[in-house]
Amino acid sequence: MLFIFSTLALAASGGSGDAVFRGAEQAVEFCIGIAGGICLWSGVMELTEQCGLARALGRLLKKPLSRLFPASCRDEQILSALSQNISANLLGLGNAATPAGIRAAQGMAALGSRAQDELCMLVVLNTASIQLIPSTIAAVRSSYGAASAFDITAAVWISSFISLAVGLAAAHILKRLWP
Amino acid sequence: MSNAFSLTAPILISALCLYGLFRGVDIYAALCRGAAKGLEVIRDMLPALICLFPALWLFRETVLASLLTELLSPVFDSMGIPPETGLIMLLRPLSGSAALSEASSLIAQYGADSLIGRTAAVMIGSSETSFYVIAVYFSAAGVKNSRWAVPAALAADMACFLSSAWVCRIMWG
Repeated sequence: MLFIFSTLALAASGGSGDAVFRGAEQAVEFCIGIAGGICLWSGVMELTEQCGLARALGRLLKKPLSRLFPASCRDEQILSALSQNISANLLGLGNAATPAGIRAAQGMAALGSRAQDELCMLVVLNTASIQLIPSTIAAVRSSYGAASAFDITAAVWISSFISLAVGLAAAHILKRLWP
Repeated sequence: MSNAFSLTAPILISALCLYGLFRGVDIYAALCRGAAKGLEVIRDMLPALICLFPALWLFRETVLASLLTELLSPVFDSMGIPPETGLIMLLRPLSGSAALSEASSLIAQYGADSLIGRTAAVMIGSSETSFYVIAVYFSAAGVKNSRWAVPAALAADMACFLSSAWVCRIMWG
């Protein structure tokens, strides 16, 4: 869509179409550039999983989660799927987070209208990225010559935290407004 | 304070290796298996990026892009957001790869350690592809009515972009 749109606009304004090939070239260079960082990090994440760190974090999260999701936490299976989802998100294990989150969502949907607000809450939690280590973007930064690729970590935490807080606040307000 | 994070990766990796050793995990095998999974991630990402990069580059060549930035820059300026990052904010909730492409071209253009490059990186690092997440979860749960999930997620995204710009401005501006 963006393609057709831009081509039309470019034809109208008379710019150079070579950008297409430069763009494709850049895409491959970009992927090769970040491949090392991504693979190393993905190896570290596999190690985290093997060590059982994700499971330990999940156990820690059960208490605060049961306060956010009072109806769902009475079901032990939903609660454990929930804590797996959040802990995988925190550690940046995207591949593990989504299946666990979907299991939790399906469990909540089965609870019917009692949990429909909690299902929305789960989705909002997942749309506010809560990642401890911003590995992908750090790989991008280091491939473009950042002096210290992870020096944005603190900024990412602050801004994730603010976005999470706003998401939760919005959830609490909208929950009352919605029929 | 930011310098402490330059040691994040080596410290984390060595700590994990020690812990893994203690737990009796085959560390090297786990690392290699994970790295292979990383290659799969790249493989899945590349086709989308090959389509998106040219489209974005083309878009940036057009007058529309500069017009958009020019029109919106007073608004963004008054909010303390670098106008160059405007396209990221538009793309981020819709497509993760497109937003990452745009951010990486900004990082390439302005430098990884520039304020614009850093703001772009923090925006990407602290947000998610909201509409994709919403679609996946609600369709998997078989729920058609997403109720207030969309406005709440978008409010969180907006807050995330604003705070990314402000935090970067305070730390490196």
